[in-house]
Amino acid sequence: MSSVLFDVPGPKAIARNRIIGVLTVLVVLAVLAWVVWRLYATGQFTAAKWNIFSFSAVWVRFGQGLLSTLGAFAAAGVGSLVLGFLLGIGRLSDHAWVREPVRWIIEVLRAVPVLVLMMLLYYGLPVIGVKMPPYFAVVIALIVYNGSVLAEVLRAGVESLPRGQKEAGYAIGLRKSGVMSLILLPQAVRAMMPVIIAQLVVALKDTALGFIITYQELLYVINQIGNQAPYGSPLIQSAMIGGTMYVAVCLVLSYIAYRMQRRVKRSPKTQAPVANVAADDEATLTEAIIMQKGSGRSPR
Amino acid sequence: MGVITDHLDLWGEALRGTLVLFFGGGLIAIVLGLIVGAARVSPVPIARAVGGIYVNWIRNTPLTLVMFFFAFCLPILLGERVNSLLLAVVALGIYTATYVAEALRAGINTVPVGQAEAARAIGLNFGQVMRYVVLPQATRSVVPPMMSVLIALMKNTTVAAGFSVVNLGTIRASLSDVGENALVVLLWVMVVFVALVLLLGWLQRYLENKWRIAR
Repeated sequence: MSSVLFDVPGPKAIARNRIIGVLTVLVVLAVLAWVVWRLYATGQFTAAKWNIFSFSAVWVRFGQGLLSTLGAFAAAGVGSLVLGFLLGIGRLSDHAWVREPVRWIIEVLRAVPVLVLMMLLYYGLPVIGVKMPPYFAVVIALIVYNGSVLAEVLRAGVESLPRGQKEAGYAIGLRKSGVMSLILLPQAVRAMMPVIIAQLVVALKDTALGFIITYQELLYVINQIGNQAPYGSPLIQSAMIGGTMYVAVCLVLSYIAYRMQRRVKRSPKTQAPVANVAADDEATLTEAIIMQKGSGRSPR
Repeated sequence: MGVITDHLDLWGEALRGTLVLFFGGGLIAIVLGLIVGAARVSPVPIARAVGGIYVNWIRNTPLTLVMFFFAFCLPILLGERVNSLLLAVVALGIYTATYVAEALRAGINTVPVGQAEAARAIGLNFGQVMRYVVLPQATRSVVPPMMSVLIALMKNTTVAAGFSVVNLGTIRASLSDVGENALVVLLWVMVVFVALVLLLGWLQRYLENKWRIAR
């Protein structure tokens, strides 16, 4: 195998690579050994610390936390897709008085940290008499942020399509709405599917911010169970269990995105420039947008 | 404006906290990201695997959870109190390093294999191939994703607010204590972040233009 960085290794390189491999294993083992030693030395493996997890009520609580996380994610995901489409179409409008304000809205919403948006909804709005439970603060903040990011994704997707697609649509007598909904958006969505799902993973991860504004999701439950003093405050144990749940759920979604990416890359229906964007596996959304912007600037 | 001018000390402290988190986290992220990114593109399968596990694992963990681990679990493991700012910086660095590593890997991968093969064919050694052929090309394609990683890092510094680290995310709480309007304060925080992000966006365009070449 030859790559940009290295050629097919010869005998010297093979020996050197073996040494690097052994060193890597040693470093990883050392880190793991240190963690296990510290866990052991601070008594994290004692039965007393794990006792609390023999109660089914604790697991029910974990289940409730996971459900709250997934509930907020589902609402935020659907909402941000809807908002993403609305803003994305607005951003592509032919009318400057629609396009420009939408552009500014998207720019501002993307620049503000999600946590600040959540705080604004949860701590700021009560000042003017609008009170909401933390659930809505989490969901609305996620919708607003991810919706504006998805709008840019869709715009990038539409703009990456060859101009002939749009022109052909008009040539066969479709109206603007027809061209958009029948020709441009389906192709853009197909090409951008991996990026859209990757952004949904971001939304799922960001539900954990709800912990900071007291939304009772999985991290809140981890903290709550980890601080049960009568059971020896098993914080590390509950963080391990809850953390595994988080990673598992996110990995499933990421895996779907990865599979989609592979399919998009293979599909003959997506054009070269779009496939290019999806080419690098695990390219983040922003990378994709930037690449799209880049390809939009250069003459094709 | 009174919200800011009456409490300049608090705002200064908050902004300093955010900048310390940003630069400290960014430094760790870039150093660690370089190492992990190098492991990800190395010819050693085991190093690639370790890098891959690290990147996929941390990237699929919410930053809040990573910080939770560092802020609450690590002190238990160490058996002593640790400065919460330091813990937040390390957590941000470790989280962001995965994105830096991926940006670097993607940048290296944009250089066509033929470029390096041609360079090796004319007898350049590894250092020269890197110095004259691969890195100049890779750097240019790394700038945009790297800047968006840094922009994300800037926004992520607010997460430290949940773990008692003073930064722009905590200023609402400290100003509410002295009776300021939370809504106005948070709107100003938004303004500051939009300004910081615009600044980074401007830096990105500047670097892109400076290093632009015709390919």
